[in-house]
This record gives sequence, C-alpha cells and structure tokens, in this order.
Amino acid sequence: MMRAKSNDPRLDRREAMRVLLEDRSDMLVVTGLGSTTWDAAAVGDDARNFYLWGAMGAAAMVGLGLAVAQPGRRVLVVTGDGEILMGLGALATIGVQRPPNLAIAVFDNGHYAETGMQRSHTDHGVSLCGVARSCGIESVYDITDPGALDDFATLVRAQSERTLFARVAIQAEEPPRVLPSRDGVFLKNRFRHALGME
Amino acid sequence: MPDAGHSRLIELCQADPEIRGIPLTSEEEGIGLAAGAWLGGQRAALLMQSSGVGNCINLLSLAKSCRFPVTMLVTMRGEWGEFNPWQVPMGTKTQAALELMDVLVYRVERGEEAGETVAAAFDIAFNGSLATAVLLSQRLIGAKRWVK
Repeated sequence: MMRAKSNDPRLDRREAMRVLLEDRSDMLVVTGLGSTTWDAAAVGDDARNFYLWGAMGAAAMVGLGLAVAQPGRRVLVVTGDGEILMGLGALATIGVQRPPNLAIAVFDNGHYAETGMQRSHTDHGVSLCGVARSCGIESVYDITDPGALDDFATLVRAQSERTLFARVAIQAEEPPRVLPSRDGVFLKNRFRHALGME
Repeated sequence: MPDAGHSRLIELCQADPEIRGIPLTSEEEGIGLAAGAWLGGQRAALLMQSSGVGNCINLLSLAKSCRFPVTMLVTMRGEWGEFNPWQVPMGTKTQAALELMDVLVYRVERGEEAGETVAAAFDIAFNGSLATAVLLSQRLIGAKRWVK
C-alpha cells in the first residue's frame, strides 16, 4: 500500500478504504457521516454499502444491529473519530454483545474534517483503542502502517471468532468528495434487496 | 433500557429464545440498532422511559429519512403521582416531542388495552415503514414508590 505523503507517517484515507474493501466478497459495510461515506463511495458504490448521511454516533450501533440480524455475513463499520466519539456508549454495548461477525474500523485523523478541521478529542490524547479494550472488545488494533492495515483487512474478511476493532491513523486531509445517493429510502431498499429481501 | 416499569417485560424477553435482548447505555443507541436490524431483516422494539425519549430526537431523523420501521414502548414518568419533579419537564413533553419528529403516538391508560395497542403500533410501523410509540401511562404502571 502506498502512502500519499512520504513525510507523514499516517495513512492515506482513500487508500486505506480501498484496502479494507478489496476482495470484500459478500461483506456488508456501514459508513458514518461524513468522510468515511465519501471514501467508500470513492472506492466504488455498492448496494451492500449503507452510508449514513446523518445520525452521528450511530454507525457502530447500525453495524451491531446488522451483525446480530445477519450472523452468517461479515459486517464492517468504517467511521471517523468524531463520529464514534459522539456515541462512545455504543462500544460498551458492543463489548457486551461481541458478535463474532462484526468489525469496526475508525479512521482517526484527530480532527473534524467536515466542520473546519477543529481538533477532536483523540488529538488531545483520548485513546479509542483504550476505550474499546476497556469495554470488553478483546481484538483491538492500533494501525499506523500499511502492513498492519493489510493484516487487519485479511482478518476482517476471514471468519473471525471475535468482534474486531481497529483505530486507523490517517492523514488530516480532505480529498475531493465523492458523494453517493442521499436518498435514505433508496439506500435502505437496495441494501435489503441485495440481501434477498423485499 | 433498564426500567422499573419494563422490568417484567425485560425478564420475559430475556427468557424467550426467539427474542434477543440487547441492553443499551443510552436510548439513542436503540434507533441505530433497530435500523441495522431491519437492514438485516430482523424486527426490533425499543423499551425505554419517557426521559429517554429526549435522547432519541436527533436519531429519529435516521428512521424518518430512510423510513425505518421502529416501535418504542415508553413507560411514563413525570405525570400521575410523580415524586421527583426532575422527571416532569420531559414527561410532560414526551408525546409532543415524539410527534414533532412525526412518530405516531398511542397511549395506554388501562391494562386491558395494552396488548392490542402494542400490536397495532407494531403493525402500522412494520406495514407502513414508520416510527411508532406506545406511551404506557404512569397511572397504569403505578408511581414509583420512594422510601426514606
């Protein structure tokens, strides 16, 4: 995997999303408002992606509901540090349930990219991996290099026996937005159709 | 959500092999959970107290924007015989707050109405892809007893 800037040790967010979603097989994906939604759309729109355009703090919970309802499918939530910080209680709830088919990847740039790049709590030292571990999620990965991301992506695609959590250090930059449909009813219906439901 | 008024229902859910009870840390988690469950083909009901309705308001935009079916069963506080005045502000505005977010609200005052009202609320939610709520009145449940 390439790094966008050789002097910045953090990963390029679009490349990181590409690595997570390549060879996805029948994996189901939930993304949070907002940049991870643009990242997933940039990698390639897919009926099995559910993009959140609002409901900040809910991405991990949507992933939990989906993982519990579809125990035979891999479910990957990709969201940002600001989004997950808004609903940290979800990690406690997930830490109690621990569905083995759920993986959560948090793209952490330490900033609120959508609102003017204000520093987030992670930039002030809050450890998302520490929170996840404290909540009872046992398989926690702090990813700061491409090799570790490749390893995590392989783990996500495999039939894991544990809920997975990764914090992925990404650069605080704003690549051109790639916007998927904003029609929530359309996104919901096509997702369910892709799973064979009405 | 843990709640005295729902305690028997929570026990029944936990004992039922066809129902998975998922305890939450805060009510708004339930809206996301119900949306995810429906994306995966399962139905969810959210049990909470009236004070928790206020926590759900922004998340109800998820239900409305995507027309996710959601049913909330809400035990009321802050009305009949309430001891704690801090429950009153949210309790007296629970129905209005839900209706502001276009949730269809049904109210149960007598025990014999509870079953059919909850069934009706589920039916309209899941047949119509809508958010519904059943408010179980504090008079029905019994005011919380406080002892010194």
